[in-house]
Amino acid sequence: MRGNTVVGEAAIRAGCTCYFGYPITPQNELPEYMSRRLTEIEDGIFIQSESEISAINMVLGASVAGARVMTSSSSPGISLKQEGISFLCGDELPAVIVNMVRGGPGLGNISPAQSDYFQSTRGGGHGDYRTVVLAPASCQEMADLTMEAFDISDYYRNPVLILADGMLGQMMEPVTFENYKPRELPKKDYIIDGAKGRPSRFVRSLILNTKDMEEHNWKLMRKYKMITKNEIKCDEFMMDDAKIAVVAYGTAARIAKGAVKRARKEGLKVGLIRPITLWPYPSEVIKKWARSVSLFVVFEMSAGQMIEDVELSLKGSSEVYFYGRPGGVIPTPMELVKIISSQYYQKGF
Amino acid sequence: MKKVYSRPKYLKKVPMHYCPGCGHSIVAKLITELVEEMDIADRTICIPPAGCAVLLYNYFDFDCVESAHGRGGAIATAMKRVLPDRVIFTYQGDGDLAAIGTAETIHAANRGERFTTIFINNAVYGMTGGQMAPTTLFNQKTTTSQFGREMRRDGAPIKMSEMLATLDEGVAYIERTTVIDVPSIKKTKKAIKKAFQIQMDDIGFSLVEVLSPCPTNWKMNPLQSCKWIDEDMTKVFPLGVIKDITENKKVKEAVNAD
Ligand code: SF4
Repeated sequence: MRGNTVVGEAAIRAGCTCYFGYPITPQNELPEYMSRRLTEIEDGIFIQSESEISAINMVLGASVAGARVMTSSSSPGISLKQEGISFLCGDELPAVIVNMVRGGPGLGNISPAQSDYFQSTRGGGHGDYRTVVLAPASCQEMADLTMEAFDISDYYRNPVLILADGMLGQMMEPVTFENYKPRELPKKDYIIDGAKGRPSRFVRSLILNTKDMEEHNWKLMRKYKMITKNEIKCDEFMMDDAKIAVVAYGTAARIAKGAVKRARKEGLKVGLIRPITLWPYPSEVIKKWARSVSLFVVFEMSAGQMIEDVELSLKGSSEVYFYGRPGGVIPTPMELVKIISSQYYQKGF
Repeated sequence: MKKVYSRPKYLKKVPMHYCPGCGHSIVAKLITELVEEMDIADRTICIPPAGCAVLLYNYFDFDCVESAHGRGGAIATAMKRVLPDRVIFTYQGDGDLAAIGTAETIHAANRGERFTTIFINNAVYGMTGGQMAPTTLFNQKTTTSQFGREMRRDGAPIKMSEMLATLDEGVAYIERTTVIDVPSIKKTKKAIKKAFQIQMDDIGFSLVEVLSPCPTNWKMNPLQSCKWIDEDMTKVFPLGVIKDITENKKVKEAVNAD
């Protein structure tokens, strides 16, 4: 299956009954798939909204009414959704949001890119909040992480972002949907569905009293701490004797894996650290390897965004080198091998 | 002794923050009366706006969901699709509905979403301190049109109800009313009741626009405000039914068949 449709099918199998979105390349197969697939589901709801802003607010409406809901878009569209994402976080409502990142800023292009890392991991909208960010690197991971995203989102009552790109969206790989182990989830006792047999209630993010607002913020922070404790995912490849660790995620990590394998053939001791959760960030994994690794090569399809998290993790304890290509350029493994080997010999490993 | 008047059951016993003479408090009261009379409190959901009515959920004793500024139409759309048997209404001011939320409003109406919109038109941004609204009249002075609204700079007061009425069959019912005296208040209540009934009968989108006094930002006393609505505002925004497809034979048959 193609990456974009994998996300759609995974969502349906995880119990998603609502999809709202606005067309934008390179993710159109996903809403197209949902528009068809949701008609086969009892209570399935699909609306092609008039705007991205509307789509994310429909997501909020469906979520607060108790449904499992998803939207998807690509970079400029995700920018438009930020207001709604901030409200979802303030209201503590679950939702799964897919971003098939393209080159930017502005309209940019439709090529695969990783330049929305800051926007995704730092909040993106206004206010003190976080969204969980999952970065798949294969169709199988698109399936697994999409399904898990719904559970994470429901469990913590917080939006979860899936960050991929057009390359992963267009890629065809065999997938199984059998890996999903549904989590035990708390009852949705906050939803708004009419005050039948219970006192009336409301959902809001407006808290005029500054003390109460501060407490609400601290409450969110406690939740984010819990997420950081429980949900970090990171993949390590050929790290045991590595002198150089490449740090990369998503499509860049696929390229990096090829480069690491080739460099190994040349006898270079190189490994790969691949963060799967971009927030919360696997800082402990990076830190752990600082003891044996002499150089961290951060490799991104951007002008350098995740590098900040690597540097924050290392706090100056190890050297960091950056190689990236912004603007939707897809670097080749050979390009990276050259960087790795020149660093390897320059540093005299 | 016969009790002829009391506080509506679903109006919480808390002081309202609205200014004296404000139309919002009248409409809030009418809605709660209707919810009681129609016996729908356990399935009514209100989506308050950003603006003076942002705290409506503090007054309504039924379920409410806050909306970002202008997004009520989108939230209500999804909620009604997920919960088709609930009575769902957005409550929006002129800035919310006719400026920042124009797209959400038009497209929800055009899809014929089965929710109701209560549109409070007071020709001014109330909560933010009296700036020019999309519905501000020509020559009306506001804090951002200090010499009066003018065509070349500000455009014309926008007639949302008339615009929405041009949409196809999705839009079932639109009426413009006011709340400046007992008869007009009664008419407003009747209109809201009809709008609720239309969504319960699954006919289409319904909207009641209420010309509502904002004495504070108009810098008038409540009586002057009512007079201004009567003499000036209704000239630009004439009262009455703007669209009603319920008299349409096919619609009648469909409703009766249910
Ligand atoms: S500012 Fe105007 S609309 Fe707002 S509460 Fe006061 S009178 Fe009412």
